[in-house]
Amino acid sequence: MDLIFYASLITLGGLGLLFGAGLAFASKKFAVDIDPKVEQIIETLPGANCGACGYPGCSAYAEAVVAGNAPPNKCIPGGEDVTQNIASILGITGVESAEAKVAAIRCQGGKEEAVEKFIYSGIEDCHAALLINGGHKACRYGCLGLGSCAKACPFDAIEMNKNGLPVVIEDKCTGCGVCVQTCPRNIIELIPISQNVYLGCVSKDRTKAVKSVCKVGCFACQLCTKPKVAPSGSIEMEGNLPVIRDIHNEEELFAAYDKCPAHSYVIRGERPVQKEEQKVETEKQ
Amino acid sequence: MGLVKQRTFLGGIHPPGKKHQTEKFATETPPLPPEVIIPLQQHIGAPSEPVVEKGSRVDVGDPLSKCEKFVSVPVHASISGTVTSIEERLHPSGMNQLSVIIENDGKDHWRSDIQFDQDYLDLSIDDMRDRIRDAGIAGMGGATFPTHVKLSPPRDKEIDTLIINGAECEPFLTSDHRLMLEEPKKILLGIQIMARILEVKKIIIAIEKNKPDAIRMMRKNCNEGNFSYRVPGLPVKYPQGAEKQLIYAITRRRVPAGGLPMDIGCVVHNVGTAVAVYEAVAYKRPLVERFVTVAGPGVQQPKNLRLRIGTPYQYIFDYCGGLKESTAEIIMGGPMMGIAQSSLDVPVIKGTSGLLAFEKRNVLNKAENVCISCARCVDACPMKLMPTTIANYVKHGYFDKADEFNALDCMECGSCAYLCPSHINLVHYIRYGKSEIVKRKKKAKVA
Repeated sequence: MDLIFYASLITLGGLGLLFGAGLAFASKKFAVDIDPKVEQIIETLPGANCGACGYPGCSAYAEAVVAGNAPPNKCIPGGEDVTQNIASILGITGVESAEAKVAAIRCQGGKEEAVEKFIYSGIEDCHAALLINGGHKACRYGCLGLGSCAKACPFDAIEMNKNGLPVVIEDKCTGCGVCVQTCPRNIIELIPISQNVYLGCVSKDRTKAVKSVCKVGCFACQLCTKPKVAPSGSIEMEGNLPVIRDIHNEEELFAAYDKCPAHSYVIRGERPVQKEEQKVETEKQ
Repeated sequence: MGLVKQRTFLGGIHPPGKKHQTEKFATETPPLPPEVIIPLQQHIGAPSEPVVEKGSRVDVGDPLSKCEKFVSVPVHASISGTVTSIEERLHPSGMNQLSVIIENDGKDHWRSDIQFDQDYLDLSIDDMRDRIRDAGIAGMGGATFPTHVKLSPPRDKEIDTLIINGAECEPFLTSDHRLMLEEPKKILLGIQIMARILEVKKIIIAIEKNKPDAIRMMRKNCNEGNFSYRVPGLPVKYPQGAEKQLIYAITRRRVPAGGLPMDIGCVVHNVGTAVAVYEAVAYKRPLVERFVTVAGPGVQQPKNLRLRIGTPYQYIFDYCGGLKESTAEIIMGGPMMGIAQSSLDVPVIKGTSGLLAFEKRNVLNKAENVCISCARCVDACPMKLMPTTIANYVKHGYFDKADEFNALDCMECGSCAYLCPSHINLVHYIRYGKSEIVKRKKKAKVA
């Protein structure tokens, strides 16, 4: 009995030692040189593999950064913190991070505002809906409202509201741009986080065509580009659609928001209290 | 004929025929509409460019467009009058298409060179083909593929069989049936021209057995003239009229995946196309009218009509006593493969075989359930595909897997979705998958 016990202990223990030694040897002999910086950078990246940097995933981007093929400020979801972390890992200073961006839905024509050509009862996917008579929305440019962008968002930052329109939850949105790629109608745009007013319509149609299909569509009245609204020319017409040239000229943009007869302009978040009112309030205090 | 020798294909379904509504009604010719809308793109292939301007005066048969590309056909004025505008109008496909709008002057004045040409059979084959192309003929079964292209097989491909498609397997439709009863001579003369161009000996007119009078009518003239043909009665089954299924049913040859009927020595043309070919070659008469069945439970007086291309739906339904109030859906074409329409301001085009109106109770709009793996769709698929598998791959975004299962071979006949007990939109999934696969392949080519 004892003999069997010791014999098996010695053979199995011996085998274990032998294989252990083999593995130890192999790990030294066949070691793949991974730059420790790559591992550090992978750790600091968010790990969503969203592809906003232009690389297939976070590790591919990390390798590219270490190899010197990519600048350290490409991780949009990571923002300022990640950029600075990567810079310090690489030992670079003075890297400016790209301005954070946020997705903006440039269509406000939900079920209530926009006319539908027919009752759609097919698959819940915008790409598929587009194959049936070119989509059920009468507007050729409008949101189909089936939530392909919401399903595609890797950060769950888009929700569909009851009116059949996507809503961006800005706290969660990292500006990675996956939704922009997904939307078959090219309605979603990434705007700088400091831009507070944007045009919520992408229709290039003329007045009559827009008015007949949507209550909130821009029908190219050109009012917002007139000198009394935008004296410095921060808004210009391009075809049938106004384009914002100076995104930070808020005075004029808010004026455009107020004047727009179709209510096509959208304000992100809450509108800051106007300066005069602020003054009054401070005086009161 | 025993069961074993049944001339048919594997799979398929048996939807109720519903043809009794209009099959006994002789074709009527309604008065010309006050205005026609003629889309420049009524065929598969390159779009054509307009050659008229706003204000131009046109006679019936005047060309409205031209295109230098081979796979394309021109369109022609179907009434005489004035071009009031050239603008984007809703097309039966649901998209906006550039269209020529002509206001009727009420004279129905035809172009002067449209006359009977006694010696048309002495024309060279190229001249015949040119006349067919200039007449703007595109497959009248519904797919609207330019006919002259199908009549120009490459030299290395020998064509031995010409199949004339009078199967009309879609429920409700009777326009081809009436055409065979009312214009048998023209069909035969058209076949003669097509047989001459293709130099084929074997000609088969395929008709389903639910049209015994049409079979009798076509058989009556068998062996007349200097060519002979056969008229086998095919079992009633959907989609018997689909090109690949029809070829298999008659010749037992299979069109290879991604191939054309030409690859196996067959050419298939619709009976309506045969008539149009005869009129084009013998009279130089362009394709300006066609037979259309107006039927369905939502129409007050179902009818077979001979309509000018470009007649708006509203005018047609008004002629048929209007639509019932309960009408919920209008379909252009057959109920299985036709396209649902979103407006009545849409015109009849070269591929409009029928206009069907359905009431709310006819429209299936049930929520999709999960697949119970009954495999009815697999049994029914005439292309021997696995619809549920492909649909599942598409649902979860595995488009390359769907391609591996030959999603691109699907012709969207709808047999699978018709049978599915869980009401899964199989055709829609597969169509979505096909579009994504094609998109990806194009992208891969560019990259």
